[in-house]
Amino acid sequence: MSDSSNENRKISFLTEKARELRTTILTMIHTAQSGHPGGSLSAADIMAVLYFDELKIDPANPGWEDRDRFVLSKGHVCPVLYSCLALRGYFPYETIHTLRKEGSILQGHPDMKRCPGVDISTGSLGQGLSTAVGMAIAGKRDGRDYRVFCLVGDGESQEGQIWEAVQTAVKYQLDNLVIFVDNNRLQNDNTCDIVMPTGDLAKKFEAFGCETSRINGHSITEIVKALDSIRGKKVQKPFCIVANTVKGQGVSFMENVVAWHGMAPNDAQFAQALAEIEGGR
Amino acid sequence: MELKKGLPTRDAYGEAIVELGLANPNIYVVDCDIGKSCKTVEFIKQLPDQHINVGIAEQNGCGVAAGLATCGKIPFVTTYAVFGSMRMLEQIRQEVCYPNLNVKIACSHGGFTPANDGASHQGIEDLGLLRTIPNMTVIAPADFASTKKLVKAAAEYYGPVYLRFTRDAVPFIYEADETFEIGKAKMLYDGKDITLISNGDVLSLCVRAREELEKLGYSVRLLDMHTIKPIDREAIESAIADTRGIVTVEDHTILNGLGSAVSDIVAEVGGCRVRRIGIQDQFGESAPYERLLAKNGITLEGIVKAVKELVG
Ligand SMILES: Cc1ncc(C[n+]2csc(CCOP(=O)(O)OP(=O)(O)O)c2C)c(N)n1
Ligand SMILES: [Mg+2]
Repeated sequence: MSDSSNENRKISFLTEKARELRTTILTMIHTAQSGHPGGSLSAADIMAVLYFDELKIDPANPGWEDRDRFVLSKGHVCPVLYSCLALRGYFPYETIHTLRKEGSILQGHPDMKRCPGVDISTGSLGQGLSTAVGMAIAGKRDGRDYRVFCLVGDGESQEGQIWEAVQTAVKYQLDNLVIFVDNNRLQNDNTCDIVMPTGDLAKKFEAFGCETSRINGHSITEIVKALDSIRGKKVQKPFCIVANTVKGQGVSFMENVVAWHGMAPNDAQFAQALAEIEGGR
Repeated sequence: MELKKGLPTRDAYGEAIVELGLANPNIYVVDCDIGKSCKTVEFIKQLPDQHINVGIAEQNGCGVAAGLATCGKIPFVTTYAVFGSMRMLEQIRQEVCYPNLNVKIACSHGGFTPANDGASHQGIEDLGLLRTIPNMTVIAPADFASTKKLVKAAAEYYGPVYLRFTRDAVPFIYEADETFEIGKAKMLYDGKDITLISNGDVLSLCVRAREELEKLGYSVRLLDMHTIKPIDREAIESAIADTRGIVTVEDHTILNGLGSAVSDIVAEVGGCRVRRIGIQDQFGESAPYERLLAKNGITLEGIVKAVKELVG
């Protein structure tokens, strides 16, 4: 088989996984009647590529010392992370129906002590990237070849600690760290431009010293290419991929609507959302 | 006891951390650009591969330490008490205490010991703030020897620990071979009339106060409550049973510090009254250390007066 048909098969496989992620995200938020769909859906394509292609992980051995790490710095979108972990078999798929319920491993924000596959607990914005930097420094110092991937929100980048962490990643030449920015232009109260303009985030990360690229965060091909182009590259700088995305991507009435940041669909909305996602097949 | 002129406990931290780092390559120091004042210079010289300096970015320093801890390191985030307890407080809560990671927060400049630096640098609320976070252990050693022992105990213990050191010299109280256990108060003297409970830089004041009180005919028990969380409940219960009252003495605001921690237990057990000597819910200023203590009644006379009021 030719390389290009292999590549095409991979793209359609990952596209299908992204669809399964979106269905799972909506199902768990609908069951819980609580959670954050908008930013989960905007990150679904990136997460599909990471969890079904890029990350060196072993669901049977979540504590494997040489595994790649993933840090969900914007912890509120844990439905997309839980969907990845469920579909990769870290826990039984049915567990998704316990999201936000008492005693569940699927807490309202990720809890590393309860949920296998969660590398660090998050939920307070601005902090996850620092922990990713710590993991990447440990990897370098220990001579291990794992990498650390971190997903940051565009609104989240208003936190000063994000930039403290980037400085540290640049100082320690962490080319084993890959920062994804989910640049969906919306945050909790309104658009980023209205709440607090972030400016051109790619330029900012570049200026801080990251090896930076910009992609369409809903093009599986572009995400795969971006990751292909940095894998194994020793540039002595952290990588930053600013992914332009649409908050709520895949569900027409959620797309670009601030209110869907942290709201659960009712039965009718859920049915329509699933139909749209499945219909796109 | 003849108190010998001593050394700052931050110096003891500097010595202990080098010994720990040499023995265990997983011991890390995360500095925030005050390594010189927090005495990590020797560590940097001898163990550069176990050292990180994040610059003046304490919140990030705490997060980096949490990430290191998930990879099996035992990081000591090193800064001043003000910044280690307040600038990075929520980071400690979210990324260290909630996931119960093996991170130590090691802070110099506790209480009024950075006296001439003024209020901005005097960490007088730190122990109380840290004490309220689940999973956190809080330790304030009193002198050079006990600091070395308790820093090592903190490294051996798995979990978050906050350690408070002094900027300035405090008298030697213990011999180098004295042993210390986290969560277990040291009884320096036994007595029947009153129990003095103290820790950190003002323990030496209590040693002198006890001598004065004994001259006045009081039989005084003196406890070094170096760990305020978990507090040694048993030692407090014994004090209630064996003596007629408790006076706490701390270089910390009387709100939520040692006095409060002791009172929590006394309120439940009953049977005795407590007098809390400490900073009177007010800021310090640039002034000599003794003057700052005196302005808050943290003096030999203040302790004697409290004892007289309590037990007659
Ligand atoms: C420190 C902190 N402040 C506020 C919040 C509440 N909060 C949760 S999500 C959110 C908006 C996040 O926006 P963004 O980072 O752009 O994420 P996304 O758009 O991908 O959902 C806010 C303010 C929080 N979790 N942490
Ligand atoms: Mg956003």
